[in-house]
Amino acid sequence: MSTFLQQLVNGVTWGSVYALIALGYTMVYGILRLINFAHGDIYMLGAFIGLYASRWFNAAKDPSPVKALLVLLTSMLLSALIGMIIERLAYKPVRKSPRLSALITAIGVSLLLENGGALVFGEDQKFFPQLIPQKTIALMAGVSISNQQLIVLVVSIVLMFGLRMFVLHTRTGKAMQAVSHSHMAASLMGISVDRIITFTFMIGSSLAAAAGVLVALQSPKIEPYMGIMPGLKAFVAAVLGGIGNIPGAVVGGLVMGIAEVMVTGYLSPTYRDAIAFVLLIVILLVRPAGIFGKAVTEKV
Amino acid sequence: MSQLSVENLDVYYGAVHALKGVSVHAEAGEIVTLIGANGAGKTTLLRTISGLVPAKSGRVMFEGRDITRVPAHEIVALGLSQSPEGRMVFANLSVEDNLEMGAYIRKDKAGIREDRDAMYQLFPRLLERRKQLSGTLSGGEQQMLAIARALMSRPRVVLLDEPSLGIAPLLVRDIFKNIVEINRRGVTVLLVEQNAHMALSIARRGYVLETGKVVLEDEAAKLAANDEVRKAYLGG
Repeated sequence: MSTFLQQLVNGVTWGSVYALIALGYTMVYGILRLINFAHGDIYMLGAFIGLYASRWFNAAKDPSPVKALLVLLTSMLLSALIGMIIERLAYKPVRKSPRLSALITAIGVSLLLENGGALVFGEDQKFFPQLIPQKTIALMAGVSISNQQLIVLVVSIVLMFGLRMFVLHTRTGKAMQAVSHSHMAASLMGISVDRIITFTFMIGSSLAAAAGVLVALQSPKIEPYMGIMPGLKAFVAAVLGGIGNIPGAVVGGLVMGIAEVMVTGYLSPTYRDAIAFVLLIVILLVRPAGIFGKAVTEKV
Repeated sequence: MSQLSVENLDVYYGAVHALKGVSVHAEAGEIVTLIGANGAGKTTLLRTISGLVPAKSGRVMFEGRDITRVPAHEIVALGLSQSPEGRMVFANLSVEDNLEMGAYIRKDKAGIREDRDAMYQLFPRLLERRKQLSGTLSGGEQQMLAIARALMSRPRVVLLDEPSLGIAPLLVRDIFKNIVEINRRGVTVLLVEQNAHMALSIARRGYVLETGKVVLEDEAAKLAANDEVRKAYLGG
């Protein structure tokens, strides 16, 4: 029993990282019907920006929670800017083109970020400094959580809760929902659809960057291709929850994280990566709209 | 000078010449109606006025200003709004949030609340359903919401695209009564309708559109009495 609970703790922590990345996929899809395949690479950039930021703040030699927070915020902010630039330069020009063009553009941006990353950062692994030394906190007999896991969990929950409040209760958040429903109707309200789209990319990118920094806190080896697998899996998580659906992305991410950890623990680590795609196949067969996705019936 | 005037407008949808040199105008305080069959170009005209569809040539003047190339979201702020064809309410938002989106360009919270309450008075059904997701409303209720939403920006001119489309006849009468009331409160109305009978009964002037051209233009009462109009649009 305690093994199971321990796996659950690990799974939820890991899943919250997927959830953060999946949110970006689902929000951009909701607003543009675009699968932003470069999104996983923003997660990678987030980790690298975090690495450089910890050098600027001299956080490796003199770590402190405040500095860790600064590193996180710097990475989120700069990644948001990068998300904005990518949207403006790569996606906006093809917005009126067929959807396939945008998809291919996204794949192009992804390759550019990965190989550009290899060029700028180097292909070899870099070590993310230990900003918060690891401590283990016992929860009950045989079940523990590390302080790093706890941070991942808390930061993820705060970000997701903040996002939810923002989307449901602010003017801009409601405008995002309006744009995701209809660009035309939204612009008839005086909403600048372009601005809302850019903003959505910025939020999604900053969440992915947060995920990158959070992961680097506990598993400090980072490299330019580190975003590919988590990106794919978070995409599957978004589909699992119902792409375009914000709570769905969170649930999908958690399911994914828990499934991975359980498979690793009870079957074999070999199947760890496979489970994501098994889940994808199952959901597409059984419930293609995802757990929360439903065909919205509109009366006419 | 007319409050809203469309001058020699040409609009293409790809290769289709959707509007061919269309000119219409609306004076302050009028209800003007555009009638015509499906595909005559009525919706295209309203979309072009609102900046959703680009004009090939010609221009749209609003209160002395050329708005032909002004982007859609900026036109609302100038005082011209639209309730689009098919209503296009934000199905994923509540009735109240839809109204809030209608007032997106405004910052005066007290004024917005006041106008929202005025809309609930005009359309009491919306008040009953204010917390409901608008996608769950009936067609007639969605239409009321679409009109109310368009008014939340405090427009001086409002474009209404087929408010009677797919709505129970009893509700249509209600909605038209409210259009008259809205106009009485000082909003100029440009009304596109297939229900020519209802439209001509409340409008002061009307235009008949056929395959992208204005073929007739007159006072509404005269159009309603016109033999051709009666035959083509009023069922004899």
